[in-house]
Amino acid sequence: MQTRAKFGVGIGVILVSLASLAWLGYGESKTYYHTIAEYQALQGSARNHRMRLAGTVAPGTIKHLPGRVEFVLEEQGKSLPVSYIGSDPLPDTFVDKSQALVEGRPSSDGKFVAEHVQAKCASKYESAPGGDRPAPAASTQQSSM
Amino acid sequence: MDVFGSFSLLLAFVCAVYAFVGGIAAIRTRHPLLVKSTRQAGMAACVLIFLATISLEYLLFTDNFSMAYVVSHSNRDLSSFYKIAALWAGQEGSLLFWSTLLSIYILSVLIAYRNKNGELMPYVGVVLAGVQIFFLTLNNFVENPFKTLAAVNASGVLTPFTRMDGNGLNPLLQYPEMVIHPPNLYSGYTGFTIPFAFALAALLARYPGEKWIHLTRKWTMIAWCFQSVGILLGAHWAYAVLGWGGYWGWDPVENASLLPWLSGTAFLHSVMMQEKRGMMKVWNVWLVFSTFLLCILGTFLTRSGVVSSVHAFANSQIGPWFVGFMLITLLVCFVAYFKNRDYLKTENLLDSMVSRESSFLFNNLLFLVACIAVLSGTLFPVFSEWFTNNRISVGAPFFNKVMIPIGLALLFLTGVGPLLAWGRTSTDSLKRNFGWPLLAGVVSAVVAFFLDYRNAYSLVCLFLCGFVFWTIVLEFYRGAKVIHARTGMSMMLSAHELAMRNTRRYGGYVVHFGMVLIFLGLAGSAFNSDVQKAMNIGDSMKLGPYTLILQSGDTKVDKNYTAQRMIVEVLKGNKQIMMLYPEKRQFQGTEQAAGTMVAIYSTLREDLYVVYAGMDPEANVPVIHAFLNPLVKWIWLGGVWVVMGTLLALMPNRRAALALAGVAQPVVSPAAPALTTTATLREGHD
Repeated sequence: MQTRAKFGVGIGVILVSLASLAWLGYGESKTYYHTIAEYQALQGSARNHRMRLAGTVAPGTIKHLPGRVEFVLEEQGKSLPVSYIGSDPLPDTFVDKSQALVEGRPSSDGKFVAEHVQAKCASKYESAPGGDRPAPAASTQQSSM
Repeated sequence: MDVFGSFSLLLAFVCAVYAFVGGIAAIRTRHPLLVKSTRQAGMAACVLIFLATISLEYLLFTDNFSMAYVVSHSNRDLSSFYKIAALWAGQEGSLLFWSTLLSIYILSVLIAYRNKNGELMPYVGVVLAGVQIFFLTLNNFVENPFKTLAAVNASGVLTPFTRMDGNGLNPLLQYPEMVIHPPNLYSGYTGFTIPFAFALAALLARYPGEKWIHLTRKWTMIAWCFQSVGILLGAHWAYAVLGWGGYWGWDPVENASLLPWLSGTAFLHSVMMQEKRGMMKVWNVWLVFSTFLLCILGTFLTRSGVVSSVHAFANSQIGPWFVGFMLITLLVCFVAYFKNRDYLKTENLLDSMVSRESSFLFNNLLFLVACIAVLSGTLFPVFSEWFTNNRISVGAPFFNKVMIPIGLALLFLTGVGPLLAWGRTSTDSLKRNFGWPLLAGVVSAVVAFFLDYRNAYSLVCLFLCGFVFWTIVLEFYRGAKVIHARTGMSMMLSAHELAMRNTRRYGGYVVHFGMVLIFLGLAGSAFNSDVQKAMNIGDSMKLGPYTLILQSGDTKVDKNYTAQRMIVEVLKGNKQIMMLYPEKRQFQGTEQAAGTMVAIYSTLREDLYVVYAGMDPEANVPVIHAFLNPLVKWIWLGGVWVVMGTLLALMPNRRAALALAGVAQPVVSPAAPALTTTATLREGHD
């Protein structure tokens, strides 16, 4: 019985410490998915979350400025100005009319400040006959590993 | 050929259904002819699937652009090497490929055991046929790869047509690893079906003893080895092609491949508890059930796009099928378990915290927690949407926070576990076994500290690498010394002899050594650095000990793509080391299909990783992004050792008597060889 109690304590310590680490990691990295329409309707503290938004890059809106790239995402008639400040180069697939996923936080001036951009090029594979294809996606996402 | 292919698939489906239904009847009636005919139907299904795959490859190789699949995933100028890979580039083809690999396993099992284990095999056949029916349903009725192109013509009639050329293969897949990574990973995913089928069959048949574990040991190791190699090749592909400087991003698809690996590794260890001590029987059965389910889940995550991912295939119709299959499988497992759980009673209880048993217990606990953490992190967006209506994802910090300590604890157990005795370990033996390894660990941590690898986790990791490495060396040394004393062979030959006499145990150590190297490589990731610069010709930038000078740029034309190439000279100090050629490739026929080719100068100490990141839009000069990633190469080297260790473990044990026959004094009493064996082998893995 004593051995069992020792095992119980050992297992308990491991589980509790890992669970608390998981909780910390969750708090640090949780990201909300929203549509652009949902995002624009967000109120109060919900606007300060880290989030991920998807849309289509509006043609002709990509502007390369010093230190950032600005563009407009569109989805279901709504549009959202985005400012990408990440250090990684934008993926090859990030062009006009590509589907992009941006991750970051809103800034006070109404722009969305993205730290990561993922892009899928829509034109080639999805128009293919019978083509439920993997669109070649690429991203600026980096992990710490 | 397309008709031949689809007909083969349909016939394979019929055979599999017969093997399943007839198999159940055979179990009920025990009619020998029925047993035989269902087994042969199972074999026929495998052969037919194989024929279907060959016909799809034939269509790819003959550029048959009346086929929807060929048009979507190939083009005339695609090299033959990549035409092979086009088989698994798309949804339909990759599901067919899944079925093919599964049938190779099934066919081997059915042939290998056709005259053995008569009580068990009909059950195994039924379970395997059940899995096959699921995939053949997808191949035939949901994602058929043999669809032809057709369009409605002017008069409103649907008519077939042929395109001049295809759309080509996704450029990201046009890389040698992409031809070998998916087959490896799929062989891992499919291979775990075999231990699953035997475990479920043994439970259903109430098959006596641990025999199913002995029967499936080799299959499990083969599947595990493929899975490991598949994961590493995938990581290497991501490293060399995606151009973001890393190899693991906790992307849903990467996680999907890691999940069955974690539970499979736990299973490989915990079966030893059952073989040696008759413990953890329920646990083992559930581990192998979960591993199989995680393989299916992994395939589902990759194929269905349920969690958005860099790799995600577009949303498709197969989701509900997979969910349904997983639920049915889970239900069958539960029913089998509750009906026959008395058969899984444990024979022993744990004696002590410091014992081999407890090290296995903690090993399994950690693998389980790792599995749960990765699974919940991966599926978090799905579950959070169900419960809170908000789709929330978690990222790398979550996974790293949990998985790094688990990984380190597992590495610790890798060193400690094999040296602990079954039952209870004395303090004396602890001192004897762990004194030198601890010293080795401390030395490696100190060396690392002075080499400027100063990060808490990395230092712990390097300490453990030294520690575990030395425990492995000591194990070989002590065993070899005994053989050396008895036979007079050199120490190297004795070590070889030792490994050959107990391949499973020493193969296991070699795999552990490979894991040590992989951890060494992972420890380096804390010290990655990078620099990015828009460079004119002749400009230079510094990164660590290296200076990079942009010499020039040129254009390279290949049959299937045009590449913009940068020529970067690398200096270390003032000495020229080499030229690197990072590229951007524009694949033929499209405007947007571009690919990055990273140039890597790799040494054991670090990788210099150079990406041509495109033209700076204002200055119109090339942007070069360079990364310095320490110790990465050790990960790939570790992978090689993991494979070699598994191969060693798969070899049959050499009998000590045979080895002794060759030495100078062969005159020994008949009992002596047996004695020698037992004397050289302390309580070990096997």
